Amino acid sequence: MDTALPARVAPTTVAPAPWGRVRRSRHVANQALKIICTLFTILGATVLGWILLMLLYEGIGGLSPAVFTETTPGPGSQGGGIANALVGSLILTFLGIVVATPVGVLAGTYLAEYGKASKLAEIIRFVNDILLAAPSILIGLFVYMLMVQPMGGYSGWAGGVALAIIAVPVIVRTTEDMLRLVPGSLREAGAALGAPMSTVIIHISWKAARAGMVTGILLATARIAGETAPLLFTALNNNFWFNPTLMGGVSNLPVMIFQFALSPYENWRELAWAGALIITMSILALSVVARLLLRKDKAR
Amino acid sequence: MVALSQERLVSSAASPARRSPPPGRDRLFRLASLGSALLVLIVLAGILGSMIYGGLPAFREFGLGFITSSVWNVNEDQYGAWVAIVGTLSTALIALVIGVPLSLGIAIFLTQLCPPWLKRPVATTIELLAAVPSIIYGMWGLFVFAPLFANYVQIPVSNIVEGMPIVGTILYARTPSGVGILTAGIILAIMIIPFIASIARDILDQIPSVLRESAYGIGCTTWEVVRNVLLPQAGVSIIGAIMLGLGRALGETMAVTFVVGNANRLSGSIFDPGSTIASRIANEFNEAIGLQLNALMALGCILFLVTFAVLVLARLLVSRVKVG
Repeated sequence: MDTALPARVAPTTVAPAPWGRVRRSRHVANQALKIICTLFTILGATVLGWILLMLLYEGIGGLSPAVFTETTPGPGSQGGGIANALVGSLILTFLGIVVATPVGVLAGTYLAEYGKASKLAEIIRFVNDILLAAPSILIGLFVYMLMVQPMGGYSGWAGGVALAIIAVPVIVRTTEDMLRLVPGSLREAGAALGAPMSTVIIHISWKAARAGMVTGILLATARIAGETAPLLFTALNNNFWFNPTLMGGVSNLPVMIFQFALSPYENWRELAWAGALIITMSILALSVVARLLLRKDKAR
Repeated sequence: MVALSQERLVSSAASPARRSPPPGRDRLFRLASLGSALLVLIVLAGILGSMIYGGLPAFREFGLGFITSSVWNVNEDQYGAWVAIVGTLSTALIALVIGVPLSLGIAIFLTQLCPPWLKRPVATTIELLAAVPSIIYGMWGLFVFAPLFANYVQIPVSNIVEGMPIVGTILYARTPSGVGILTAGIILAIMIIPFIASIARDILDQIPSVLRESAYGIGCTTWEVVRNVLLPQAGVSIIGAIMLGLGRALGETMAVTFVVGNANRLSGSIFDPGSTIASRIANEFNEAIGLQLNALMALGCILFLVTFAVLVLARLLVSRVKVG
């Protein structure tokens, strides 16, 4: 039987083409798909590489010690640095994460441990996913109405809250996902020892999911560190060291880059490129570190 | 058995009282987490509420005409949203037309064609595209892409199509500066790639490999497997992923503000500068007073409602497959 089959099939196939017994059109379509998909992927990677090269090319020349020690120069003045913007950005990002972390972690905990499949939890999950992708400029407008108008002026606090609102959904999502990976038997073991629910969550669930939750917080930090739109109407920006109470405009990198890049002054544009290089590299490094952390934990 | 459990009871009772959490902490923790979860709802409601509250005077002043009027005159206090709405929709549409094939191609490459050792670096590279701040895309678009685009696309194409009917309008650049609706659409396309591609990849990965293998088993080529097995299986949720990308494209601000040209006129050509809702808010809000502020808020309200609808649809479509 085995030997007879090829013999019977052979006469029906007319001289097999060099690529086998596949019709030419099928072969061409298949090769086209492979080539196009590969090209698209290369294109995507090229854009990332191109952007990074552009930042290095334009930004490295502007990097000097003065960049880190001097404040942003006024219009028309020479030299200057971006020290105030760097510090302002660090403070705003820190503020945003400090506000967002407890809220995000607790909300994620509610979804994974208490709410589960309940109707309320489903709605919150749904809304959280929408907030995750909501236009950040609208969050800026919201905080403007919520804080800037009532408080009578721009402030770093408003900027921090705007960034926090962007960070919360990211943290909620990752916290819930990570807590759901914790096996139920661990929780049951804790409960069997008589531990109340809160103890089980804090000492067992959170502990087991810690690496993933930290990754979520790092990713949220990376996300808000480069956000510009929500800061435009909340923290604003200025060319001086800001007030220690964070009232009035607080200088920050993204808005500084926005204003300086489009300015007619040569030294402003140079500083914008230096700032762009610093901020992009920090964010990319943070994202990569967060990913590595998660991978190491999964491998373990 | 009875003796054993009794002995245990005794021993636990006899042991020195272990540190037990203060009473009420359990409830407090539960309430705190519930409260945080509810805060998410409150924020969304707050965004909607503040947009409506801020935009109401403008809606009241101009009525439905606010949406259909294309006048935006600060000096005469006349505001209409039409130019910004058209700009927003057309840039987002261009972004989808360019971005969706690219994203799907990348997702197919990652799930079907990529050798295993290359998978992780490529996936990370594409995901890092999402981590680049949008203002950096704006700078790249304005300082690197726009000049190239003007020299190698806008000028040659304008020369060819000049005088032709329809095409001569759509693809003619009066001032080939490189910025405009099409440039904004292209930059947006690049920005939404990582979002669509990563969801599409997850969806393709979820399809049981038995289906794929049986298709290969009857002699299908990769193209046929993708076309006849994977895409029909993924179906609606791919559309959901695309809608999610659309939601991003509609609300993207900084990159668009850099490259859209910020012109307030309606033009038939996609090479001409225009403006989007987000770019107009970003440009004018800080200097706006009185009715202009309300008009910008009303713009924000329109943007919120549109993106909200798109994102709700996206979420419904994506989750349907996970359940089914």
